[in-house]
Formats: sequence, C-alpha cells, structure tokens
Amino acid sequence: MKTYILRRLIHMIPLLLGITFFSFLIISLAPGDYLTAMSQNPQITAETIEGLRTKFGLDRPWYVQYGMWLWNALHLDFGYSFANQVPVFSLIKERMLNTFILAFSAALFAWGLSIPLGIVSAVRQNTWVDRSASFVAFLGLSIPEVFFALLMILFAARTGWFPVGGMKSIDFEYLSYGGQLLDLLYHLILPTIVLGSISMAGRMRQMRANLLDTLLQDYIQTARAKGLSERSVIYKHALRNAINPLITLFGFTLAHLLSGAFLVEVVMNWPGLGRLTLDALFTRDLYLVMGSLLMASVMLILGNLAADIMLAVTDPRIRYE
Amino acid sequence: MSDKTVNKPSQSPWALFWRYLRRNKTAMTGGIILIVFYTLAFFAEFFAPYGMETQERSLFYCPPTRPHLIDSEGHLHLRPFVYGKILVDSKWRLYEDDTSKLYPIRLFPKGEAYRLFGLVPMERHLLGVENEGKLFLLGTDQFGRDVFSRLLFGARISLSVGLAGILISFFLGMLVGGISGYFGGITDTVIMRSTELVMSFPALYLILALRAAFPVNIPSDKMYMIIVVILSFISWASMSRIIRGMVLSIKENDYVTAARALGFGHMRVIVKHILPNTLSFVIVAATVSVPGYILGEVALSFLGVGIAEPVASWGNMLKQAQSVRTLTSFPWILAPGYVIFMTVLAFNFLGDGLRDALDPRKIMGA
Repeated sequence: MKTYILRRLIHMIPLLLGITFFSFLIISLAPGDYLTAMSQNPQITAETIEGLRTKFGLDRPWYVQYGMWLWNALHLDFGYSFANQVPVFSLIKERMLNTFILAFSAALFAWGLSIPLGIVSAVRQNTWVDRSASFVAFLGLSIPEVFFALLMILFAARTGWFPVGGMKSIDFEYLSYGGQLLDLLYHLILPTIVLGSISMAGRMRQMRANLLDTLLQDYIQTARAKGLSERSVIYKHALRNAINPLITLFGFTLAHLLSGAFLVEVVMNWPGLGRLTLDALFTRDLYLVMGSLLMASVMLILGNLAADIMLAVTDPRIRYE
Repeated sequence: MSDKTVNKPSQSPWALFWRYLRRNKTAMTGGIILIVFYTLAFFAEFFAPYGMETQERSLFYCPPTRPHLIDSEGHLHLRPFVYGKILVDSKWRLYEDDTSKLYPIRLFPKGEAYRLFGLVPMERHLLGVENEGKLFLLGTDQFGRDVFSRLLFGARISLSVGLAGILISFFLGMLVGGISGYFGGITDTVIMRSTELVMSFPALYLILALRAAFPVNIPSDKMYMIIVVILSFISWASMSRIIRGMVLSIKENDYVTAARALGFGHMRVIVKHILPNTLSFVIVAATVSVPGYILGEVALSFLGVGIAEPVASWGNMLKQAQSVRTLTSFPWILAPGYVIFMTVLAFNFLGDGLRDALDPRKIMGA
C-alpha cells in the first residue's frame, strides 16, 4: 500500500509539470497582456509601461517567462497579482478555503440525502416512493446549474428568507464567533443545494442500484431463510456491502464539486476560486491565472488520489502492484 | 423449442432495439420533445412571430401577452386574442392590458419578410397578430425584442453546438482511442498521458483559459466554431480512454487476427473491423454527452465570453437575468433556463432508454 501511494505521488510530478506548461502556453497565446490595457491610459507614460514590462519579465519570450515562473513556483513563490498588487498565493489561499467550504458542505448535503433516499428507493422498489424519488433524481441530474442558481436567487429575493448571494452579511465583522458561524451557514444554504443536487441525484441512483444488486445475492436469501427480520437483513447484511463502493466515491465527489463550483460561485456571488479566476482572465492577470489554474487542478488530482487510496484500503480484492 | 419460436421470423438487432425503445415511454417522450425542439429551431424564421433582432423600443421588458378567449365584457371569442399593452409606470416598467384593443391571433399572417434557409423568400409566419397588436408569448427583453422569437433563433446555436461537438470529439475519440488500444506500446503511452493531462484540468477552468487565448470580441459565426472546437477538445480525452479499453479486448478476437492474416492494413482493421463493435456504446455515450456541450455554450455565453449580442443564444439570453433586480421584476427573461432544462432532461431520458434498449444481454434474451 505504501509503495502504491508513493508511486501515485511520484506520478503526479510529471502531470503537474505538464499542467503548468500547458497552462502557460495557452495563456501566452492570448493576445496582449495586463499592461496592454494599462497603455490605453493616457496618464501612464510609455516609459513606465516599458519599465513595468521589463520588471515583470513580460518582454521576454514565453518559455523564458515560464522557466522563471516555474523556478519561483518551486520555491512556493507564485508571483504577484498585477491587478491586486499582492502575492498570488495569499489571494488564492483565502479563496480556496471558501471554495472548499462550499464544496465540502455540498458533498455533505449530497451524501446525507442520497444514501437514505437510495435505501428507501431500493427497499420499496417500484412503489410511488421509489418512482417519485427517481423522478426527482432525474430532475436533479438534468437541471442546469446556472438556471438552478438563478431560480434560487429569485426565490430568495421574493421570499426574503435567504440572502440573495455572497458569503457574509455586512455586519459580519461585529458578530460574535458563534454569530459569524451562523451567518456563514445561513449564506451557505442555497449555494449548497444548487451545487450538491447533481451529485445527490447521481449518488442516489447509484445507492439504489447497488442495494438492489446486493439484495439479489445468495447470502441475502440465506439470511432470510434463517428467519432474520427483514430489517436486519437489509440494514445488517445488505446495506454494509452495498454502501462500500459509495464511501470510496466520496473523494471523487469532493474533487468534482471543488472544480464544479465555478458557475455557482459566479452566479451566487460566492467569493471562491472560480470568481477570482474569471476576473483574472478578464484582466489578463497572468500569474493569478496560472496560480488558480494550478490550484484548481491540484484539488482535482488530490481528490481523485484520495478516492483511489480509499478504494484500495476498503476493497481487498483490488491489488496494486 | 416449440414450433412457434422456430417459425417466428428472426429479427435483426436493430429491429429488436427499436422494439425495446418504443416500449419505453419516457425515452420516447424525450425523443419526441427533441424532435419538436430541433424542428422549431430549424424553421425558426417561420415559427417565430418576429425576427431575431426586431426591436419594439417603446415596449421593453413587456410582460407576456396572454392569449384570451373571453373578453372583459364576458363575450366568448372563437379565435384567441391578445390585448394591447400600455405602460402605466415607466420607472418600474409596469404594463397593463388595454382591454379596449383586441387583436385576434391569426394563423399564417403576413409579417416580416425573411428567407427560409437563406434561400426561399417568404413573409408568412405561423402565428401573429395584425395592425398595431403585438404577440409577445414570453414577453420582451431589455431592448423590446420578443423573447419567444429569440428563443427559437437561439435554439439554432445552442442545440446545434451539441451535435457539431459530438461529431468532432467522437470522431477524434474513436480514432485516437482505436489507435491507442490497437497499437499499444509507446503510441499508447504517449496518447494516454496526454488524455490524463487534459482530464486533470477542471473542465470549466480549462474552457475559460482556452477561450482567453482568443480575442474578446469575435463575430458570432467564428465564435461558434471556437466554442465547438474548445468543447470538443475538452471531451475527446475521456472518450478515447473508454474506446481504448474496449479496443483492447476486441482486438483479441479471432476475426481481427483473420483480417490481419488476409493482408488488410492496420487502419482498415481498426476502422472497419474493430470500431464498429464499439458503436452501441458510442451511440449511448453521444446522446448523454450532448447536454454537456449545450451547457458549455450556455456557461461561456452567460459569462460574457461566448456568443455576443445581438445574435441570440440561450446562454446570452440568460445573461440578462444576472442582476437581482431584473430577475425579480421581469422573471420571464428566465425562459431560456426552462428550455435548457427541458432539453437536458429530454436528452437524459432518451439516453437512459437507449442504454436499456442497446443492452446486449436484453437483446440476446429476447
């Protein structure tokens, strides 16, 4: 197991190098840079622009820039954001935490609902409970995130029950710690539902299918033949086996949600990595774009890695050479 | 075996497949909805009461004109009609029905002239009202353009992006996956490492970064091509990985060896003998992946880097709903959202049905 994890970690190195190289290549293909917009400003002289260009190294070929960026990144220095005049890492750090909060809460929501719903659906297969749960799951799988988010905003604005976006109230700074937590949770509810519903629907269908599969196994028949109550057949024998593959999928779900939060963040004004990246792309804030692309990819890769490791830990049938 | 089964004419797998699909009501519903949507989009000029860019400047953010059968005095009309709209509050854009003016809805009235498919000159539309009346089935947007008409014209872009996208990415995915699985060795390693690279980017981040490599303001026909290419570039990777896996097992079959022994070239074996076996999977995968492209276009246009005004697409129509005030005062501008939802739902219904119908275990057992 240790060698497996180690090998996977080593495997990440060329992948990360590839990601940074490819990102840098794409961004360098883009016409103009951050200073192009600045040069439109008549108050800034051409000399200042040229000075800045030399200072940031933007006058050199892109591969030299990439080499410099990579060298610094290896020392955990991801450069300065042109637009914000602060180190990229400090900007990204805070935003990543926000994205993580949202994704984690969406994952909890998806899992907390999908497993019980999936069980009920499977146990009462082909009843109206099952049919309506499956129908809702289908709706959840198909509703476009942008549209769902807009509907939620409309709902929040009409009823006044929820904030229409953002992460904190205006008076957040003056609240006690408990109050701040409650305020955060309050703002978290709607984005969580929007982001989590797709995963919820997918996992529910999976849970239902797994449990139905397990209920057909011979040992379930044996358990029933022994005269065990239906309750203990389902919850003690079938469920434990049916739920196993789902637990390992938690990592995948989280990784998917971290990177999938982009649109929800933008529409619902959640100050996460997605919003930051979008603004950085618009202003051609080179190092900020690089940093957030890299971080978003790292989150995705680590999430998948965690899922693979959990799979290897929980399922002894899987042998990794 | 009874005589009955022997005498039954054998059915081809496709006939069996069709029989199964027809029995599946949800899948058929999905299919029918899609046929209707694509037809509406294809003949958009005819089905839309107004042109895509036609503006009624005095009537912006006008709510939908509801068709009535009974007028304000309680008289029944056999032909549905709409009332004229008058602005009662210009600050909040509040409109009221002008019950003194009745405009009957006519079939095939003469309206704006257009060219069907850019060729046949016509001026008849499916529905319309005459004289000063306006038929805004889904209201108007900020420039006083009919939302319903724009929805139909927008469907052209939004619905075809999916088809064009799967054509490219499935062609690429099958070819690359086929080559990778068939030849193995260093070719396989290189191809698989590059698919891993593409897949380790979060999709939307990569889409936007690729989009940023092009200038901001691009004419919408070029933008359309760029969107299709970008979205295909994101999706060929996972497709080729699955095809590769299938090819790995298919190429072990004797008939592949036989084809090689007959002296056929590698590419011919891949394209003619191996890839057709992946087809039933490819059809299902294609159907369920169309919504991904539609949503990709919606995301790009919604974020303001996709199809640009005045050309309509479902994404840029939805963009107007971004401000909370507009959204709450004029909720009908969310109309494209409902339509996108229905389209995705229909594709998923159809895809699920196709998956069941193409399940070889079921066909063998039939």
